[in-house]
Amino acid sequence: MKKKMRFWLDGPYLIWTAAFIIIPLLMIVYYGLTDKNGAFTFHNVMEMGTPERLKALVLSLLLSLLATAICLLMAYPLALILNKMKTGATGFITTIFIIPMWMNSLLRILAWQTLLERNGVINQFLGMLHLPKLYIINTPYAIALGMIYDFLPFMLLPIYNALQKIDVNVVNAAYDLGANRFQTFWKVIFPLSLPGVISGITMVFVPALTTFVISDFLGGSKVLLIGNVIEQQFTQVGNWNVGSGLSLVLMIFILISMAIMQHYDKDMGEETTSL
Amino acid sequence: MSNKLIDLQHITKAFDGNVVLDDLNLYIRENEFLTLLGPSGCGKTTTLRILGGFETPDKGRVIFDGADITDLAPNKRQLNTVFQKYALFAHMSIAENIAFGLKIRKKSPEYIRDKIRYALKLVNLEGFEDRMPDSLSGGQQQRIAIARAIVNEPKVLLLDEPLGALDLKLRQDMQYELIRLKNELGITFIYVTHDQEEALTMSDTIVVMNQGYIQQIGTPEDIYNEPQNAFVADFIGDSNIVNGTMIQDRLVEIFGVRYACVDTGFGTNKPVDVVIRPEDLELVAVPEDAQKGSPEYESARSRIVQINPGYFEGTVSHIIFKGMHYEMEVQAHGFEWLVLSTRMFQVGTRVLMSVDPFNIQIMHKPESEDEKAVSMDENL
Repeated sequence: MKKKMRFWLDGPYLIWTAAFIIIPLLMIVYYGLTDKNGAFTFHNVMEMGTPERLKALVLSLLLSLLATAICLLMAYPLALILNKMKTGATGFITTIFIIPMWMNSLLRILAWQTLLERNGVINQFLGMLHLPKLYIINTPYAIALGMIYDFLPFMLLPIYNALQKIDVNVVNAAYDLGANRFQTFWKVIFPLSLPGVISGITMVFVPALTTFVISDFLGGSKVLLIGNVIEQQFTQVGNWNVGSGLSLVLMIFILISMAIMQHYDKDMGEETTSL
Repeated sequence: MSNKLIDLQHITKAFDGNVVLDDLNLYIRENEFLTLLGPSGCGKTTTLRILGGFETPDKGRVIFDGADITDLAPNKRQLNTVFQKYALFAHMSIAENIAFGLKIRKKSPEYIRDKIRYALKLVNLEGFEDRMPDSLSGGQQQRIAIARAIVNEPKVLLLDEPLGALDLKLRQDMQYELIRLKNELGITFIYVTHDQEEALTMSDTIVVMNQGYIQQIGTPEDIYNEPQNAFVADFIGDSNIVNGTMIQDRLVEIFGVRYACVDTGFGTNKPVDVVIRPEDLELVAVPEDAQKGSPEYESARSRIVQINPGYFEGTVSHIIFKGMHYEMEVQAHGFEWLVLSTRMFQVGTRVLMSVDPFNIQIMHKPESEDEKAVSMDENL
C-alpha cells in the first residue's frame, strides 16, 4: 500500500526528470562524442580549440564575470537598504524589480537595442542636449549592460532573502559585544548572507555565460559569445555533433564554477539558501 | 548590595502612539538579581532594551554608575545581553563566538584562549571550543550565549527570557545554573521573564509590571505573600480574587458572610478586593443529609469555626491529582473556589470551607487613572 502510494507520488517527477533532463543530457553527450556516422570521437570537443572559438569563450567568461561582479556590487547595497525598510515599502520595491521579469526577456533586450542604437532614443536625447553621443551598440559593453539589466533581480532576491533570514538579535548581539557598525557588517552580517550571495552569483554567472540572445541583439554579428557559436552550429551549420561537443566543454566550465561556489558555501558552515 | 548601580528616571516610551512605558522609575543595586516580571506587552522587554541601548526612551534618563548613558550606543555600554533564542553567530565556532567581544577589544591571543577556557568551564561545557552552534542542544547554546557575554566582564548581565525556548526540566536545571553563575561572578543580573516560578526561584528582587507600569517591587516572599493589588496576586501563583466589603478593621464581608481578618486602616464599609491563596483554604466534609443543628453538622462546624468565625458551605465540583497535592474546585455562593489540599474530597462532597484570618489579603480597589492598568478585565 505504502509502496504503491510512493510510486504515484514519485512517478510523475521521475518520468519528467528522465524525459526532459536525463535523456536530453545523454543525447548531448552522445552527439558530442560521436561523428556523423555514430563512431566515437573527441573531434567535436577539440573543435573548441580554434582561435575564433577560444576567443568567444574567453570573452564570454570575461563578460559574465564582469556582469556578475557589477550585479553583486549593485544588488548587495540595495538588498541591505530593502532589509532595513518597513515591510510595506519593501514589498513595493521588490515588486518593481520583479515586474520586468513578467515580460519576455527577448522583448526587454530588444528595447535596449532601440535605446542604444546609433540613432536610438538615448542618442537622440543626447543630441538634443548637444552632448557627445554614446556608441556602445554592437560592442561587448552593450552586451555586459544587457546582462546586468537582465540578471540583476536574480542577484538581488537571493541576497535579500538571506539578509531577511538573519535574526535581528544576532546583529544586536554583535553591537552588544562591542562591535561598531562596520565590524558588525563584515564579521556578522556579510558572512551570514554569503549563502544568498553565492546563489546570486550562480544564478547570474551561469545564464550570462551561456546567453546568445543578449549578444545577438546588442552585439550584432560583430561580437560572438560562446553561446552564439554553439547556437550557430545547431541553427545555421546544422552540425549537431560539433554543437553538442562545444556544449560539453561549456558545461565543464559551469560545473567547475559551481564546484568553487559550493566549496565557499560549505566553508561558511551554513545551509545553502534554497530559492 | 547597597550601591545604586543603575537608575531609570521617568522613562517613557511609545511605539506608533502606543505607550509601552509610562514614567517608569526604578533603581537597581550592585550585585542584585533583579527580575522584571509581567505578561507579554507589559514593557519588561522594552525596559531591558533601553538598558542595553537598543531603544532610546522618548523621555527620561538612564543613569549607570553615576553617568548618563541614555544616548550611548550599545557597543559602548558596560553591560552585555543574553538574547532570547541565544542569537549565536551560526557561522563561527563556539570558541570564535565566545572570543567575539574580546577580539573586538583587541585582547591578546593568550588572554582570549584563557578566557574561553574559563568561560566554558563556568558553564560546564569544557571541550566544546571547535563545535558549531547548530550542533548544540538548546540548553547548551544558551550557556554559550551566557559565556559569550560574561567573558567581557560586564558589570551587568541583561537576560531576555533566556530560558523561554527550553523544556521544563532543562529550565529548572538552568535556573540553578544561573543562580550559581551570578554568585560566582558577583555581578548584577537583570532578568526578564513572564514565568512567575522562574522569578520566585532566582530573584533577589522582583519587579512586577503590567501595561507599562510597575505594579510592585519586592523580594519574592513579599510579592507572593503580600501582593499589593489584584493583578500581582493573580499573576504570582493562582489566587481566588473576589469582591468584598471591609466592614471595619479586622472584619471583611464576602458574599454576605463576615470573616475575621488582620487588615486594618481601610475605613468602614469600603469595597475591596480580597485575595485568598488556594493552599490557604481549609475544608471540612459534612455528610450529605446532615441537617443544620444535627450532631454531624455541628461537629464539622465547630472544627471550621476554630479557624475563622466566618465560613462557606459548598460542594466539591472538580478534582485533579497533581502529585504533591489535589487541586479542587469548590462551588460556593456561585463562585468557583480553587483549593489546593493534600487531602482528597470526592466530587460532590458537601464541605464547609474557611481560611485563617492571617491568610486573607485585603487590597484597595483601583481608583485613579494609573491604577486602572491594574484592573483585572483588561488583563485576562
